[in-house]
Amino acid sequence: MDDLAVRLGVHELIAAYVDCIDEDRLEEWPDFFVEQCRYLITSRASHEAGLPHGVVYAASRGMLVDRVTALRRANIFEPHRYRHIVGPISVEGSDATVAQAHSNFIAVRIMHDGEMSLFAAGRYLDRIDLTSKPYRFIERLVVLDSQKIDTLLVIPL
Amino acid sequence: MSELGADPMRGVPWPSNGLSEVPFRLYTDPEQYRLEQERIFKGPTWSFLCLATEIANPGDYVATTIGETAVIVTRDGEGRINAFPNRCVHRGNLLCLERQGNVKEIKCIYHGWTYDLTGKLTGVAFERGVKRQGGMPPEFRKDEHDLAPLRVAELAGLVFGSFRRDAPDLESYLGPQVVGGIKRVLNRPAHILGRSTQVLPNNWKLYFENTKDTYHASILHMFLTTFRINRLSMPGGIHIDDSGGHHFSQAKLDYAAEDADYKREGLRSDSDMRLEDPSVIESVDEYGDGVSVQILTVFPSMILQQIRNTIAVRVIHPRGLEKTELDWIHLGFADDDETMTERRLRQGNLVGAAGYISLEDGCVGGLVQRALRFNDDDSGVVMMGGYDAQSQPFRSSEAAIRGFWKKYRALIGD
Repeated sequence: MDDLAVRLGVHELIAAYVDCIDEDRLEEWPDFFVEQCRYLITSRASHEAGLPHGVVYAASRGMLVDRVTALRRANIFEPHRYRHIVGPISVEGSDATVAQAHSNFIAVRIMHDGEMSLFAAGRYLDRIDLTSKPYRFIERLVVLDSQKIDTLLVIPL
Repeated sequence: MSELGADPMRGVPWPSNGLSEVPFRLYTDPEQYRLEQERIFKGPTWSFLCLATEIANPGDYVATTIGETAVIVTRDGEGRINAFPNRCVHRGNLLCLERQGNVKEIKCIYHGWTYDLTGKLTGVAFERGVKRQGGMPPEFRKDEHDLAPLRVAELAGLVFGSFRRDAPDLESYLGPQVVGGIKRVLNRPAHILGRSTQVLPNNWKLYFENTKDTYHASILHMFLTTFRINRLSMPGGIHIDDSGGHHFSQAKLDYAAEDADYKREGLRSDSDMRLEDPSVIESVDEYGDGVSVQILTVFPSMILQQIRNTIAVRVIHPRGLEKTELDWIHLGFADDDETMTERRLRQGNLVGAAGYISLEDGCVGGLVQRALRFNDDDSGVVMMGGYDAQSQPFRSSEAAIRGFWKKYRALIGD
């Protein structure tokens, strides 16, 4: 497969992903993943220690859909949004069907009253399915640099 | 005594000798906060330090805090557990900087004073001076400057520490029922599946009360109701120890009926408010007693949680009047197979900073704290289920919160 085309597709996927979250189109968020996906928010300390527990863990697209439904209709929290900034994206090799990529990100949290703070910094470690267009995540590990989470985490990263 | 704040000796005044009117100023007064550090965290109490598995080998240490006071826990060469302040006797420098590690001895980076794993001072750099000049006076004796040991006790793999010799031994402190509640959950060797820290924008007591508050669960946390999950749960009771400070609450569940119910319902067309993937709640009765939720607290700072098959220790670390760090330590057991581990990891979504049935607790304390700002000259009303702090066979009660204040008042001596 054309290497440049893969890179472009991966870049578009990652850009569209954070745009979906930051613009509050969370109902579309599960569609960035294949049906049998893996999404895990963990910390660098846990990741390096090989500890499997994550603060958010989904092992299927259905679990991602449930996250969004819960956030919209069940969970109670002060309204807020994120602004993600994703750094350069490295595509580390791919075969015809799967690419691996990693990128750095920060997420600023903007509370409903305008209060802004740096909420998260970390790395995305991705395995991406190239067999459909647009591409989709098979696995997205969100490895947070800090193991501390301020107040709560309800909107996905 | 200042007109607006706590009496430096007796703390914030209470409107009565009862437990059902709780002055709001307890959450806002800096003098009260200082008293709590001295009389509660450094008082005749036991605080969770770490899991025994975190210091399994000689030389292993964990640096943590009791309240705000930095302490070190070690496993020495004889296999014994020791704890002492994380503060060099020389100039007060922090000895262990990292949370966890393995060392042969503890060496202060500032002037190189060294201690063995029991806290005994073993080395003073340039003790005899350099080229016969300087050095410590001849009457200086290292054995008069050991790190002051804390008392330590281990129960079901949990390591506790106390600053005070006059604290009752750990099991007497907890009482037989709470000891039984701990042993029920930690009935086999546990290991850590993961950990995280939730930073709460509120006074530590607001979170500890929240964990003892069986009244709010179905009101603030709407997840189970929204997805129609808890219809088959059966209310349990609250067990409170004689001192009031420790408790556990339980609820039961007909696991098999829930499983069947959810599968049947899932096939219907009106299932829009059902989980797409119910594996997040698919549970097994691993203790064989039908208890699906047990929340247990150890005064002043530990919670042991069994929510279905998610087992966690939560540890409260006050970080100032309006800031609390809550450590979540998620556990699995030695006899877990792959399926069980996966089940625990999926149910892990229920709790923690992003937990479906716990994330609200992260913000509600902060909302209270904000509301109390310069508006703290009244008392909260804690009368649900009566006025005292006795065990009760129902959960729509604030008895365990009153129990907290019973123990708290006894220690502060207001």
